[in-house]
Amino acid sequence: MTATTTPPVRAAATHLSPRLTAATAARVLRQLRHDRRTIAMMLVLPSVLLGLLYLLWKDVPTLPGQPSIFDRVGLTMLGIFPFVVMFLVTSIAMLRERTSGTLERLLTTPLARLDLLLGYGLAFGLAAALQAVITVTVATTVYGLDVTGSVSLVVLIAVVDAVLGVALGLLASAFARSEFQAVQFMPVVVLPQFFLCGLLVPVDQMAGWLQAISHVLPLTYAVEALQEVGRSAAATGTMWTDVAIVAGAALLALALAAATLRRRTS
Amino acid sequence: MDAVTVTDLVVDRGRRQVLNGLSFAVPVGQVTGLLGPSGSGKTTLMRAVVGVQQVRSGEVTVLGRPAGSPDLRSRVGYVTQAPSVYEDLTVRENVRYFASLYGMRSPEAEVAIADVGLSDGAGQLVRDLSGGQRGRVSLACALVGCPEVLVLDEPTVGLDPVLRVELWGRFHALAAAGRTLIVSSHVMEEAGRCDRLLLLRDGDLIADSTPTQLRADGRSEDLEEAFLNLIRAREDVAA
Repeated sequence: MTATTTPPVRAAATHLSPRLTAATAARVLRQLRHDRRTIAMMLVLPSVLLGLLYLLWKDVPTLPGQPSIFDRVGLTMLGIFPFVVMFLVTSIAMLRERTSGTLERLLTTPLARLDLLLGYGLAFGLAAALQAVITVTVATTVYGLDVTGSVSLVVLIAVVDAVLGVALGLLASAFARSEFQAVQFMPVVVLPQFFLCGLLVPVDQMAGWLQAISHVLPLTYAVEALQEVGRSAAATGTMWTDVAIVAGAALLALALAAATLRRRTS
Repeated sequence: MDAVTVTDLVVDRGRRQVLNGLSFAVPVGQVTGLLGPSGSGKTTLMRAVVGVQQVRSGEVTVLGRPAGSPDLRSRVGYVTQAPSVYEDLTVRENVRYFASLYGMRSPEAEVAIADVGLSDGAGQLVRDLSGGQRGRVSLACALVGCPEVLVLDEPTVGLDPVLRVELWGRFHALAAAGRTLIVSSHVMEEAGRCDRLLLLRDGDLIADSTPTQLRADGRSEDLEEAFLNLIRAREDVAA
């Protein structure tokens, strides 16, 4: 009888562990590394699409004293691309965790639920940072996008937008049973925010009730932050408030997503 | 000493009751087989032991604590019937990730990969492996945590006979080292390899026994036939 074998002493498993969060982020990045096509699309596609917008407005005359349409739209798209791409990628990735049984398995290990979600946020946040650096560089050098403020602030806002996309994607995956359903959450979650974010029509020119909706949608603040960077050389207080609101919305979505991860299911 | 005790466990799935008040104990340092046809409640029972199953009533205690307690998560390993590993990672990357979750490092990961006979293919993507190989990756991801209690749902399905014998040898070596294993199977042939047997049918525990005792009670050297005799005897009593 060997029942006297003493169990190895290990840390309790409920609270957040930076080590497990990092291990999970590394695992998600490794999965990405084996998927070259997704990497290529993630890194190159926003620059290509931005090029299309550049060509679209290249020969449209600009009113004197006004910023060119491409400067305004292109800058905003720098925040919208990472949001959309990361929302899609994350909602599918998390749905795969759910349907492949790996999620249930992870929940039987010492990994805390928030470790898992933050791991995803960290991994795709890093991917988004790389994407933003490439896109912003191409936009400002090749397409001559004119940004009055600091380009690094544009990258920062793009990364925060990406994290918002990740967080909403993680949350949305809880309501999808299949990948078909998951991709259809894209128009549900992304398009209304895009329509009402102030790019198509400035927020103060919308009907009052649309303004009210626009003001509770986080992408509105991301777009406002980018417009602030486009306008003024120094970082404005409005911009920082906007960035904080977007980050807060991302954290809220992450917390809600954690609540949807049930260890015990029927 | 018992690693797992189950008392009056009732589980519903949907409107159907799938476990009808089971009570039994699983001793430490043995391989306990959970046998029964498909749909008898084996997987539900295993999920209750690892603490991911909602239960209606009853108690499940693992290593002296309620099943699913946070501090049990590093001490109990669970391998689901369908391999639950990442298809877009290599064998080694999968096992290393789970190793890190249990606070283990790459040497332990290599040992676990060797234990399931996959050292040669450790650099291969899981999606390029056969079903049986994927199951072994899934098993390695649990072995790497050196859990005190290992719950394995049909771990030998689809494996070639040589490997099956090797794995059973591995299970008994773990048990001899003081680990507790609960292994489900729907193949009665595997029942003979277990130290103890729990026979499930339609959510009822038909027998809590040993292979030797089961052969005596069911009046047959063949475990399958002994199982059948027990079921018939019960039905006669019920009728």
